[in-house]
Amino acid sequence: MSTPTTKATATAVPANKASFGQWFKAKGWRHLVAIAATAFSIFPLLYVLSAALNPTGTMAGASSLFTEFGTGNFQELFANQERPFGRWFVNTLVIGTVTSAATVFLGAMAAYAFSRMRFTGRRVGLLTLLLLQMFPQLLTVVAIFLLLNFIGDIIPALGLGSQLGLIMVYLGGALGVNTYLMYGFFNTVPTSLDESARIDGASHVQVFFQIIMPLVTPILAVVGLLAFIGISSEFVIASVVLTDPDSQTLAVGLYSYVAQQRSENWGVFAAGAVLAAIPVMTLFLFLQRYITSGLTAGGVKG
Amino acid sequence: MVEIEVKPEVSLALPGGRKPSKNGRGPDSLGGILAKIILLGITDAVAAFVLFQLALSAEWLIFGISLLTTMAINWIYLRRGGLPAKYLAPGVIFLMVFQVFVMIFSTYIAFTNYGDGHNSSKEDAIASIQLSASERVPDSPQFPTSVLERNGSYFLLVTTPEGEAKLGGAEEPLHTVTPSATGPTGAAAGVEGYGTLDFATLLQHQAEITSLSVPISANPEDGSLKTADGSTSYVYTPKLKYDANADTFTDTATGVVYSDDGRGSFVAADGTHLNTGWKVNVGLENFERAFTDPNLQGPLLKVIAWTFGFAILSVATTFALGLFLAITFNKADLKGKKFYRILMILPYAFPAFLSGLVWSGLLNPEFGFINNALLGGAQIPWLTDPVLSKVSVLMVNLWLGYPYMFLVCTGALQSLPEDVDEAARMDGAGAWKIFTAIKLPLLLVSLAPLLIASFAFNFNNFNVIFMLTGGGPRFDGTTFDIGSTDILITMVYKIAFGTGTGRDYGLASALAILIFIIVAAVSALSFKKTKALEDLN
Repeated sequence: MSTPTTKATATAVPANKASFGQWFKAKGWRHLVAIAATAFSIFPLLYVLSAALNPTGTMAGASSLFTEFGTGNFQELFANQERPFGRWFVNTLVIGTVTSAATVFLGAMAAYAFSRMRFTGRRVGLLTLLLLQMFPQLLTVVAIFLLLNFIGDIIPALGLGSQLGLIMVYLGGALGVNTYLMYGFFNTVPTSLDESARIDGASHVQVFFQIIMPLVTPILAVVGLLAFIGISSEFVIASVVLTDPDSQTLAVGLYSYVAQQRSENWGVFAAGAVLAAIPVMTLFLFLQRYITSGLTAGGVKG
Repeated sequence: MVEIEVKPEVSLALPGGRKPSKNGRGPDSLGGILAKIILLGITDAVAAFVLFQLALSAEWLIFGISLLTTMAINWIYLRRGGLPAKYLAPGVIFLMVFQVFVMIFSTYIAFTNYGDGHNSSKEDAIASIQLSASERVPDSPQFPTSVLERNGSYFLLVTTPEGEAKLGGAEEPLHTVTPSATGPTGAAAGVEGYGTLDFATLLQHQAEITSLSVPISANPEDGSLKTADGSTSYVYTPKLKYDANADTFTDTATGVVYSDDGRGSFVAADGTHLNTGWKVNVGLENFERAFTDPNLQGPLLKVIAWTFGFAILSVATTFALGLFLAITFNKADLKGKKFYRILMILPYAFPAFLSGLVWSGLLNPEFGFINNALLGGAQIPWLTDPVLSKVSVLMVNLWLGYPYMFLVCTGALQSLPEDVDEAARMDGAGAWKIFTAIKLPLLLVSLAPLLIASFAFNFNNFNVIFMLTGGGPRFDGTTFDIGSTDILITMVYKIAFGTGTGRDYGLASALAILIFIIVAAVSALSFKKTKALEDLN
């Protein structure tokens, strides 16, 4: 704690009606800092909202925020046939949901094995996962591209341009940090629970689905949500795999809007950005508390 | 930890000493068995299809690996016992293919010249050279021709001077067919199963039809048929003649001989390359090139330095601001704390790829809101000046990253013991002294793993850089599209998939290997320092 805090706690207690100076030392400066930080945080977000609503549509148009209002940018966004925003939105939802659901399932199965069973190679397995997650998949984007190119020659449905292929690639990163997070949480569920269930005749599958899974729901939600947020922002691999505009995700599609003519398409892009951000931000704020506790356990962004 | 608590219970519950986790003793339910059979059946059906396709394309090595994998999956799920494998197998298979194998594959590519112009095997390259450069055989006969179409591909139907009808496409050499229709001159005009193109359609697809080249036989040296107008075609033979014994190409017009240079190209005595080459192993050449080629060496060293600078400064700035705010807010009776908190962490919830793009609009030197509105028409080159662009990138990453550090620091601060604080005050330590000598060290101990992870993340923070500046402003004195704010991963991406100098997968992979090595070294160091490994039991 910095200087003013301790002094303040020492002095502020006896004087009930403190002077402005005392109040400022104790709390006022904190409000100033808070207002400055909040302004820094939300200013760009207000800007993009304002640009989305501004009918001028170009970057140069606005000299102050929220002066003009119109829905022209949104209409143009959905009317553009070459850049099907609606499709991108659905694609992102589908790819994100399928991948995060599968990630949660694969991760939970692995965490169950690591937490509840003792087998040779268990420690080595955990260590390997911990090490492998230091090497994110985007480093191998060239190899992934060439691999999918090859797979596409054998099974076109899984090759370049296929969303299923992309989901499979993402699932390569399903274990790694997720298993590690879940493993820690699984360990907090007392083993006596599944032991007694086993004695009552439950099979290992029943223990997994009916005893463990309901008890670890919070970590499943956190892992699933973090996976969804990560995938909906993933650009590198998606941009290389999905070439056809109809199959692209929001990250790839919206980038194409401003890759060439950043200034001209600005309003439409801003409209797309607002719509793209809303679901993710809503989810995030809704589950904020869980995420925060999950974060301190090891998830990283920024 | 868990193990120690559990073992006695197990031996009490099962006096026989049998381990309960081995062998699912209790019979599985009917539903479970059905689900198992169905899932395994689907997997095997897909596997059989894949194996069949692999056998058709004669990829025997991969066929073998896939066959072994399929057999292993069946063995894992059909035998009794081996329970851990049943739970681990699905995730591990994906991990092996799309994380481990691609890392090994990257290493292999780094030692080849794979890239534009070196895409395939030598046989493919020879065939492609023979087809691409061709000229009409002088005084060769005309073939009356119709253009046919099936499933979106085009075919030529020709009538030989002997009156025989032959059909062929880009992928299938000419072969004799029985025409189903004949034109006014008696030439073949249609074949069952194919559609004949009328004049209007011909015009519409002119480019595709004139570039269509139909091999006369399976041997490319016999030449091919081409049509310029869709009604007559001529025999074209390769301008470059391949001599299989000498392994050289000879230009039939000029007599220049191109020979294999051992590095994936045919080269003439004067040094000119034929455009199409093939993939060969080049050893350490990509790595040598990266550090010795004057076109690449300087920029690469700058990029490496900036990658470290960016990662370290990003962690330092976000941590400093996050910690400061966490301290500021660490007061229970502050009014509106929740409200501030929600608004402050909004950037963390905003999709990362959008942040870079939105800020690129704010900071745009000509039209950007900051220059135009906030600074009253100033022309500050936020994104186009080599130094200022770096500041901008750090600032945007601070915006993105500090809410995370704020959340993490708040958590860590609240878990610090209160009595330490009191004891230090009793001993006469000032608030600043308490912070630097007691709280900060304690915080750093608990947050070190997160700070290292944050460093590793920022080391490869592609989205912020690529979306905000695209790596620009570009360096002078290099033909590569690399600039002042490029970090290693954006450089890899641009060399592999960028426009401009052509795709160079080999070089890009070599640079990716460089990132592997750096990341491995950093994580090895950090694992040694932290106690992460000791927590595992």
